Amino acid sequence: MTVPVHLRHDETFVLNLGPQHPATHGVLRVKLTMDGEYIVKAEPVLGYIHRMHEKLAEGGTFAQFMPNTARMDYLHALAFNHGWALVVEKAAGIEVPERAEYIRVITVELNRIASHLLWWAAFLLDLGGFTPLLYAFDDREKIIDLLERVTGSRLTYCYLRFGGVYNDIDDEFIAGTRDFIKRLRGRLPRLYHDLVTHNVILIKRIKDIGFITAEQCRRYGATGPVARGSGLNYDIRKNEPYSVYPEFDFDIPVYTEGDSMARYLVRMDEIEQSLRIIEQALDKLPGGPVMGKAPKVLKPEAGYYYSAVETARGSLGHRLVCNGDKNPYKLKLRSPTFSNLSLFGEVAEGMLLADALAFMGSLDLVIPEIDR
Amino acid sequence: MDLVEQTLSSLAKIFPEPAAAAASPPEGEGGQEAQPRQRGVLAVDPVRHGYELDVLCGADEVVEVAQVLDREGYFLESIAGIDWLDKGQFEVVYDYNRLGGEHCRVMVRALVDRGQPVMPTITAVFPAADWHERETFDFYGIHFQGHPNLIRILLPEDADFYPLRKDYMP
Repeated sequence: MTVPVHLRHDETFVLNLGPQHPATHGVLRVKLTMDGEYIVKAEPVLGYIHRMHEKLAEGGTFAQFMPNTARMDYLHALAFNHGWALVVEKAAGIEVPERAEYIRVITVELNRIASHLLWWAAFLLDLGGFTPLLYAFDDREKIIDLLERVTGSRLTYCYLRFGGVYNDIDDEFIAGTRDFIKRLRGRLPRLYHDLVTHNVILIKRIKDIGFITAEQCRRYGATGPVARGSGLNYDIRKNEPYSVYPEFDFDIPVYTEGDSMARYLVRMDEIEQSLRIIEQALDKLPGGPVMGKAPKVLKPEAGYYYSAVETARGSLGHRLVCNGDKNPYKLKLRSPTFSNLSLFGEVAEGMLLADALAFMGSLDLVIPEIDR
Repeated sequence: MDLVEQTLSSLAKIFPEPAAAAASPPEGEGGQEAQPRQRGVLAVDPVRHGYELDVLCGADEVVEVAQVLDREGYFLESIAGIDWLDKGQFEVVYDYNRLGGEHCRVMVRALVDRGQPVMPTITAVFPAADWHERETFDFYGIHFQGHPNLIRILLPEDADFYPLRKDYMP
């Protein structure tokens, strides 16, 4: 039996979004205080997939934590592998052969494209478009197959090692990657931009909606495509170069509008830039070993270390504290979407619920990475 | 004047005494320098450690330092707790960085007594600190005085333990 609800005109009600809701892409819960269709207050509630990776890090050796890194951001897992490898290599003073650095960049960038493609598919699915998902998954599948060939897994990679990578790439991988670059470059303008980016329905849904200012990004610590969609030219690959990124010629797409469309366009342009990086890396790929000399048991010197990498969602930082033992004394993971999501409450205030969901999609949330 | 020097000169208002030149970077036994300094700013080798400045201050000074860094255009990257069980102290580490342009990572850290872990909140300066402080409270039980909503963030709301304390037994 349904009982009609009568609200006074100024009365608000609480609407629970999630933790099981298709638009939150995982177990995120948002407690919304609504005035009709408008949001009065939005309060994200976290922790539904919290696994305490930081405690797990303290309990094992440095190498034992590597598989955990991929289980946080399962869409750009190789960047999390990379971040962990970099901070430990910095602390322990391990050298990485050049070929391994190139392979790291190639695989991390392939993974970044896969992540952006999945975001694109899921974002448009949120907005009610089903077809784009089929196109994006078709392309993403090619990347996953390529990465499976060299890493041995399809999603939760444990491919990087301190001092290199676990497996060399072969001619078939190189040929397959070149084919893929050609294929995606052919499909991007036609299937992605003509069909979706210039689509009037999409433009109406995300243009001029969900404004984030550059100052808001700074106050909340938002990074990645969220910051770059608000006019901040900040990408760790350029600002604080690591690995062999300085050897490649690529641009950082920046849009100043700050709306959901700007963030959309940043990611679409980043796919093209990643293709450029991969192409150059394949052309310049040096020979040699893929594993450097690294001690079996790592005991970095006591001290504080910090290292950051650019993941598909923003700046991932590792604050590592060692006390000279064979396991980390303290590891703090600064995950990008944790900070990116923290501005949701402020921006979503006064928004229509449907717009807020489109806005949330444009933040590219990966919940296991927020909850860690 | 490059950014590191500019930040150093802004911080000089709080820390007039330059850190002793002889003081070694934070290395040695237990992650502490050979001769522990009480407070001060130290330039660190960024290639070796990944950050430029190491600011050690009193717990009551973190807000002042945050205000200086806010004026200098920094953003708060993260807040981490560390449990130094042997010394009976908690350490709270704030990581600051710049969004674009020249970069300079500043690590601000403060020690508090393990028996009475109370820190002032910096949420009024950086709203980003809201969730990070809640997380540090969640894992270490460090109370951030003046925080608008200091409740658990990642653990269940009825949890009665602080899992990242070194003496925590599951």
